[in-house]
Order: sequence, then structure tokens, then C-alpha cells
Amino acid sequence: MPVEEIKKIQSEKLVKQVKHAYEDVPYYRDLMDKKGVKPEDIHGIEDLHKLPFLEKSDLREGYPYAMLGKPLEDCVRIQSTSGTTGKRVIAYYTQHDIDLWEDCCARALVAAGADREDVVQVSYGYGLFTGGPGLNGGSHKVGCLTLPMSSGNTERQLQFMTDLKATVICCTPSYAAYLGESLKEMGYTPDTIPLKAGIFGAEAWTEENRRELEKNLGIKAYDIYGLTEISGPGVSFECEEQGGMHINEDHFLAEIINPETGEPLPEGEKGELVFTCLDKEAFPVIRYRTRDICVLSRKPCSCGRTFIRMAKPMGRSDDMLIIRGVNVFPSQIEAVLIKEGCSLNYQIKISRVNNSDTFDVYVELPPEQFDDSVKNLSAKEKSLQAALRSMLGIGPAVHLVPPKTIARSEGKAVRIIDERKLYD
Amino acid sequence: MAIRQLSVFVENKKGTLHEITDVLAKSGIDLRSMSIADTSDYGIVRIIASDPERAKEILNAAGHAANVRSVTAFAVPDQPGGLAKVLSILEENGIDIEYMYALVTKTVGKAYAVMRTNDEDKAEKLLNDNGIELLDEAHI
Repeated sequence: MPVEEIKKIQSEKLVKQVKHAYEDVPYYRDLMDKKGVKPEDIHGIEDLHKLPFLEKSDLREGYPYAMLGKPLEDCVRIQSTSGTTGKRVIAYYTQHDIDLWEDCCARALVAAGADREDVVQVSYGYGLFTGGPGLNGGSHKVGCLTLPMSSGNTERQLQFMTDLKATVICCTPSYAAYLGESLKEMGYTPDTIPLKAGIFGAEAWTEENRRELEKNLGIKAYDIYGLTEISGPGVSFECEEQGGMHINEDHFLAEIINPETGEPLPEGEKGELVFTCLDKEAFPVIRYRTRDICVLSRKPCSCGRTFIRMAKPMGRSDDMLIIRGVNVFPSQIEAVLIKEGCSLNYQIKISRVNNSDTFDVYVELPPEQFDDSVKNLSAKEKSLQAALRSMLGIGPAVHLVPPKTIARSEGKAVRIIDERKLYD
Repeated sequence: MAIRQLSVFVENKKGTLHEITDVLAKSGIDLRSMSIADTSDYGIVRIIASDPERAKEILNAAGHAANVRSVTAFAVPDQPGGLAKVLSILEENGIDIEYMYALVTKTVGKAYAVMRTNDEDKAEKLLNDNGIELLDEAHI
């Protein structure tokens, strides 16, 4: 579809959606009134910047039903974010909302090469977390044979994968790496693992992670992006080009803003990603600030899709660590570890001693790299420290540790331990 | 003439040494000699064992980072100056010693030691040329 046509559709939907939110969601009407903007002021996407932002704190304060855009009897589903502190954010869906979300996930699966003949193993958690239900629904829409594994129980995951010949797996990249290690221990090689594609999301991962996963599992690895506040996974997805994720623009309108000022930034500039749901009924979120730092691109894609592409987020602003005043993104540390031939089983530990931050990085040493001389191991620690210093501008104390000594989780890897208690 | 040494990378924490020796004991591996190098973070356990390759497989399977490498073993007369003579030969010829430890000796009147140097072939040739007895695995 030509870009002009996409924009026309977006404009039409936006006008309707703003009217819907203003009339049916008192919480958002108040925000608009405070900003002095009425639905009549919005004629198309060019007026988007006039609308107030929604923050995560708005959704939290609005718990449970402040953002409800349809009577509850029209809603069929609740999902929730994995927030561990304070009130959770919940999202509500009508059947229409579920259908459009699952369509988005189906597009992601098709873009990863899935069709009716594929067996899709969904190893994201099922339940309130959107990962499992989203990909499950998408897989049904494509007509794939769906294995609703959920997360955990690795032994059963591997048994089903190998016995039932799963061809596509959907899970977090860290769990995929864990499954890969286990398959290797069982004697499988990338050639004998039945998988051909993996759709990985719900946590930050790097290009280097992608190469490792593709090599170890014998697959093509696709990124998928989404958040419960907008719908769930499938807000954007990668195609075979693997050059950024196509945003499902017929449903989700993306902008990049300056996170300090809130001003929209031109295409191609780095800033915070903001989404507007164009046609969701029950949870009509408008200008939601994701806190993901990102870049958008309209460059034509070799796959033929004309949907705008977003780069892999370059860090969430709440993932960013400030250590001794220096901004540190875990993805930067991962890039260095890969470049230096280290494993990605690592842990960052930050603490505060005598009002000064301590910064330690623990890295598991693969057995084949173990050298039995203290001198050589210390030299490796020092060279890693120097490489990290040059990337980050701050040098952590690097500790090589034996394999499998850093705690693993079957869901998301706990890679950061911040003991500083910077906030109440 | 070099002998094979098993080395294991372990966390510097209570119980790890016991765990390793226990795994090896259960597999019937005989430990002839052992030395431990430790830092505040980790330890390196170096072991002369009856079947180092099998010991390595067993430890790797149990999730440990274990390796086998060759080291130089030699015997000196069990008297003052026995070891000093070896060290002076190595020093004069620019050989660096990464580490060295004593082996359990089976011959009265001799002291056995094992070492890793920065140039194993050269070190062994030097010792040999100077009449120092090198040991192979049959000796220990």
C-alpha cells in the first residue's frame, strides 16, 4: 500500500479515535481539556502533536478502569504488564481488539515464513502476560499447528519440540539461548534441530545475540516488538530483511519525540517512541510514551512492505543505568562481551560504598576458554575491563566466573542487580 | 616427556573443592597430587590424576570448566639446593615459570615437582641437557 494511502487511513482513524476517547473515557477527556484541545481540533495525523501524552503513571493511577472505552459487558479479556512494584497496568479488550491484535501477530508469523504447514511452539508465558496469548492467537489465524507450551518445564519443551518437529519457536531470546544449550547437551546439532525460525521478543537482545541464536539453533531469528499498553506483541515485527521492525501502521501510529521536551522529532532522528492506538475500542490509548529510545525509517524495504520500520530499541530509559553519573546501557556491555569472544551469561552488579558507586561485571567463562594460569585469567579480565571502559566511558571491575554460576531464570535473565536503592 | 594435568575453574566458595573431589571419587579417579591457586573470586584446582581425560569429561558433564594440559615434571635430589639448581638453569635461559608445585614422591632420596613454563619444549630440553631427570606418567 502506498505511504500516502496509509497516512490517509491513519488520519481518518485518528479523528474517530480521538472523538471516541474524548466522549467515552473521562480520564482522557480531562487530559484534553487541561491542554485545551477538543476533538474538533484534530483533522488528521498532522494534528497529533496537539494531543496530550499518556504516561505509564497515568495507566497505573487509572487502575483498574479509568481508561475503559467500552462498557465492561462488551469486553472479553484482561491482560496485564509484568510490573513488580506498585499497581499493575491492566489492559482490556473487546473481541474486535483481540482480533486486531491477533492479526498483528499473524503478520509477524507470516513475515517469519510461517504457513499452514508449520508447527509453532509458543514458549512465552501464558496468562496475564501478553506474549503467549498473542502469538497463540496469531498462530491460529495463520492456520499453524500450535503448541501452547508456555514458559518453563524445559524438559517437556525439548521433548515436544523434537518429537512433534516444531518449525517455529516464539519465546524470549534468553530462553531460546537456554534451550539451545540444552539441545547441544542432548547431542543435537543445528542441522538436526527441527526449527527453521524463531520469533524473539519481550526483552532486549542484540545483533550479536541474533547471530549466536541463528548459529546454535540453525534458524533465522526474527525480532518482534510490543507492549501490553498498546496491545501486546506484534505492534511491530521483522521481515526476512531483518533490517528493523515494520510497525502495523493501520492500527498503531508511531512518533518519535524528544524525551526532555516532548517535541516531535523528524523521521530518522533518535528519540522516545510514542504510540497511538488508532482503532482499539476498549483501551483507546493515545500518545502513549513507551520510554523506548528508538529511530524510525521510511526507507523502502526489500520485502515490499511499505509500513514504516523501527530500529531495535537502543535501550529503555528505565533500563538505562546511571553509574557514577555515566549512562550505561546493558546492550553496550553485551556488544563488548561478544566482540571479545565472551559468553553472554553475565551479570551487572551496582552498589554504593562510601557514597560512590561500585560497578562490577561478572562473566561466565566458557570451558574451552579456561586457562589454568591466574596470570592469563587476570590478563583477560583486564582486557575486558579496558574494552568496557572504552565503550562506556567507565570501567567496571570484571570478574570471570565458572560456567553456570550466574543464576539463570527460564523466563527473563536477571542481568542487573542494583543495590543502591536510589529511589524510595 | 611431559605429563598431563587436569585443571578445574571453580568459584571461591565453601564446598566446591569437596564437590569436585567427590565427583571424581565416585568415578574411581585416583588423585596423585593437587595444588590450588586462589583469588578472592575464583580458584584454580590443578590435579595430577590417574585418567585426566576421563576426569575432564566427568567434570564437564557435571557442569564444571575443566581442562587438560601438559606440564613438565622432574626429579631432583632431595637435599638443600636441589631445586635451586633447576631454577637457576631456567632463569639463565629466560624461561618464565607460570606455577610450580611439589608432587608426592615415590622414590627415597628424590623430590618430585611439576611446573608450567612459557616454553615447555625448551625447558625440557634444558633440564635434559643439564642432567635433570624428567618424569613421565609411568613414574607418578
